[in-house]
Amino acid sequence: MDLHQFLTPPAQTARLKGPYDRIVTSSRVRLARNLKETPFPGWAKKPDRVRVLETIRPAVAALPEMRESFSETMDTLSMLDKQILVERHLISREHAQRSAGSGLVLNREETLCFMINEEDHLRMQALRPGLQLRQAWTAIDQADSALEKRLDYAFSSELGYLTACPTNLGTAIRVSAMLHLPGLVLAEQINPIIQSVNKLGLAVRGLYGEGTEALGNVFQVSNQMTLGESESAIVERLEKVLAQIIEHEENARATLLEKKTKMMFNHIGRAYGILANAHSISSKETMNLLSLMRLGVDVGLFPGVDRSLVDELFLLTQPAHLQKLHAEEPSAEDPKQHSEKLSAEQRDLLRADMVRERLKSVNRPLPKPAPAGPIGLDKPEK
Amino acid sequence: MLCCICKEKEATVHLTQIAGDKMQKVDLCEECAKTKGVNDPTGFSLADLLLGLGASKEIEQAGGGAEVKCPRCGFTQSDFKKAGRLGCPDCYKSFSDALDGLLKTMHKGTRHVGKVPESLRHSRDLADRLKTLQKKLVKAVEAEHFEEAALLRDEIKQTTARLGSPALP
Repeated sequence: MDLHQFLTPPAQTARLKGPYDRIVTSSRVRLARNLKETPFPGWAKKPDRVRVLETIRPAVAALPEMRESFSETMDTLSMLDKQILVERHLISREHAQRSAGSGLVLNREETLCFMINEEDHLRMQALRPGLQLRQAWTAIDQADSALEKRLDYAFSSELGYLTACPTNLGTAIRVSAMLHLPGLVLAEQINPIIQSVNKLGLAVRGLYGEGTEALGNVFQVSNQMTLGESESAIVERLEKVLAQIIEHEENARATLLEKKTKMMFNHIGRAYGILANAHSISSKETMNLLSLMRLGVDVGLFPGVDRSLVDELFLLTQPAHLQKLHAEEPSAEDPKQHSEKLSAEQRDLLRADMVRERLKSVNRPLPKPAPAGPIGLDKPEK
Repeated sequence: MLCCICKEKEATVHLTQIAGDKMQKVDLCEECAKTKGVNDPTGFSLADLLLGLGASKEIEQAGGGAEVKCPRCGFTQSDFKKAGRLGCPDCYKSFSDALDGLLKTMHKGTRHVGKVPESLRHSRDLADRLKTLQKKLVKAVEAEHFEEAALLRDEIKQTTARLGSPALP
């Protein structure tokens, strides 16, 4: 199976479980590394970039944890496959624009991903479902330690790992978690939370949407400073802050359930109503409504429905995933028609069809949470 | 208000970032916002942008007006001003005067704490040991403890020999 086939939906990762995944959808640790005495990708001439790619790619592919991985150069990937990789948060939008001289090595579990010649010569990341920052750090630390035996890293004892941008200098680590925070948004408590997290030197940004808008109530929290603090200290600091955000989100949900029941159920019920019946729906509206449905699942309004149903839809209704699904579908009359790029309007129709189809088996929300279902508190799930 | 990058077009994108007690603002035109990746929430960092703007000033001052150029890769201060990124790992040495102040405002410290490649860990330990010994030697000489000083000098010789090549980057 090649990467092109592998990227054909459905994605398995949306079904993975992890600690606190009611709120923390995924954890990620990224390291940046560069080769000694070699210009950074943004300044390097093509022969330099090709040499770097040819040095790093086989070294990465030879790692024991990367056995049977996909090792590609960016010029061999279609724009659509690159977009799919972006939507799955495996590569950056910047990397998707690259072509010859840049590369990608990805394992089949989608837990380790190496970008070669992005902004730095090598950017490697470990991904885990739920809150697993420490596990992600251990995994990427191990891969990095194995690689340093084969690659001559640019390192200074004073400044640490040298990176193209001084903002990454030192540990060159970016530790981040994706959080689903509908409770704090509905309770209008999200802004003070963001501000206080910012004060601790951590960045909070909406993962989708532009500016301050956070589509689907999904936020990313990450460290900003990389020089003067060790990797494990950064991981620990983020863990502490995340534990507090989780607690605030749980409290917000519990308070909404208790004091603003009608408002909360109204939002969830309407979200279900539109998603289950719409014939045309934009990506933006879908994300916002799916977020509310996910909240409904969490508070027990949809007994028997697994959260992964919503998470999968969240991914599969993104533009490139829709396009890919459409292109791979067995064509009825005109095979050519399927390979053409869908217009936004066509995507809205397809998206609504898919959501309606998948929600067929989901009953409308209960008027109040099922007595046995998990309620607002973060109980361990079976 | 004019865009603070191209200084030509009207700024329509206004960004504010609060980190710690610092608040920073940037105003950009549509086009510059796009080229700087402001529309990409996953890849964009305001720090990067501010860096490109603030750094140029510091670098110009440090260079005393003359264009500093990295001897390894030929990258210049105006390149840095444009890109907000450096040319090669050696640029950190070439532009060290200008970068010092910048790193202070950007990071928690100015000295690396954390992981060190294993091959360097050994020699770094020795280098640290050497520094401590040299400090002790100065003190011993000042205090006229000549016996101790002699011992220290021997140890410094040995450590230097074990370190092989002198100072690390």
